[in-house]
Amino acid sequence: MAEYKDAVIIGGGPAGLAAAIALDKLGVHDIVILEREKELGGILRQCIHDGFGLQRFGRSLSGPEYARIFIDEVIERGICFHTDTAVISLSPDRHVKAVSPSGLIEYDAGAVILAVGCKERSRGSIMIPGERPSGVFTAGSAQAYMNLYNRFPGHEAIILGSGDIGLIMARRLTLEGVHVKAVFEILDHPNGLERNIAQCLDDYGIPLFLNHTVTDIHGNSRLEGVTVCKVDDCLRPVKETAEFHSCDTLILSVGLRPDAALLDGAGIMIDPRTGGAVVDEHFMTSVPGIFTSGNGLHVHDLADFASLESEHLAVSAAGFLKDGLHNEMDVDVSCGNGVGHIVPQKIHSADGFSLSLRASSVMDDAVLRISQSGKDILRKKIRRVRPSEMLMVDIAGGLVSPDGNVEVEFI
Amino acid sequence: MKKLTCIICPNGCVLDVGSADGGIKVSGNLCPKGEAYARAEVISPKRTISSSIRVIGGDSEIVSVRLDRAVPKDMIFPVMDAIRRAHASAPVHIGDVLIHDVAGTGADVIAIEDIS
Repeated sequence: MAEYKDAVIIGGGPAGLAAAIALDKLGVHDIVILEREKELGGILRQCIHDGFGLQRFGRSLSGPEYARIFIDEVIERGICFHTDTAVISLSPDRHVKAVSPSGLIEYDAGAVILAVGCKERSRGSIMIPGERPSGVFTAGSAQAYMNLYNRFPGHEAIILGSGDIGLIMARRLTLEGVHVKAVFEILDHPNGLERNIAQCLDDYGIPLFLNHTVTDIHGNSRLEGVTVCKVDDCLRPVKETAEFHSCDTLILSVGLRPDAALLDGAGIMIDPRTGGAVVDEHFMTSVPGIFTSGNGLHVHDLADFASLESEHLAVSAAGFLKDGLHNEMDVDVSCGNGVGHIVPQKIHSADGFSLSLRASSVMDDAVLRISQSGKDILRKKIRRVRPSEMLMVDIAGGLVSPDGNVEVEFI
Repeated sequence: MKKLTCIICPNGCVLDVGSADGGIKVSGNLCPKGEAYARAEVISPKRTISSSIRVIGGDSEIVSVRLDRAVPKDMIFPVMDAIRRAHASAPVHIGDVLIHDVAGTGADVIAIEDIS
């Protein structure tokens, strides 16, 4: 027999915890958080570096301390949660099945909140050829080995990709005595935040090579080295530039994608640009009553943005539980020049909302234009545009009309 | 003139630091913290770090730790040596000082999680 809950929150990281607390504050108390790890906190548990909470709390906390603020509030409010509990299916009528230490548990939910986080792209997803020795790790798994389980990945490391976790790990490995030889990035600009280039690489003299990638992996049982090539303008490796670099550890920091595992079964429409669900300005997916936010929707730069987004989601979910579905219009938001992806992808009401987007290339002094049927909704001058930095723009209520797509572009 | 990336917040302002009228002149910062950072960076750069300390008798082998304040950049490796030699006994509580005045820097090493 399935138990009824007003809201089932899938995932106990910053997005899920913030959504649960916000729902409770809004008077929705009959809720449960399902977390597959043994403790609440999500990825923050292994992010021991500081820099969390600067926007929300005005101070620099480590990941576990940041998570703790939310966990303490969940406990204080008596919000129900189950750890070691993995959701295995979600149906379009909001039936949730999970495996837990006490067996299979099932819920029928008034609303489902997917706060499932993201996954790292792996060697397979970027298709690096070569042998299959041990010693090849994603940055997040190397981080978990070191920070949660006290296991060192190796002695001499090369990092492919300049995502933030890779940069953070370059510093962490160096501090613990691992020789980090270099970071190679296929693009012509770093993927991580500028401050992480400065404090994780420059501080320790770790070189960053742009326009370079790993083209071969060598080693029988353990990694012995990698071949690195320069790439041309079309990101194709230039064979003549191939160089062998010895190492026993290759750390991949080559991008994050929302974890979409539960979306298909629920019939939720996916945006190929973000890799997560298509949502409207209320963070509702294409299936009524199923909401999503945080890194499971689109990958954020900061935990603060993921938790704030979830608090907006909670307002919408509480509204849905009270009043049901009220779509006044059906407008698509489309990505124009220079825009990599955008959230929300749909607009269903004249309410004000916040638009989050990522640029597809580096631009300085660019103008962001948001328009509908050729008519400006908003123009904003942005001093510095980087694909590594998510942009957020507030759109006031009443500006979107029911007719024509909303176009977002850089001009 | 020297270019610096401010590490205080995710804006990562690119700061121009130069000398003018015998003092230090900073531009490119969006907030006063950037100017303070640039001055400190030129006179005596400081950083915080995180690591882990071995735990005896706990449900985890290690406890994650951080410094409670920034230390001079050239003290990072002496601080790491002290962290590597240290150990703590379970239980450990978030905020516990595990090393006081680490490597004579005035900074404390504090636990950032509970270990029972």
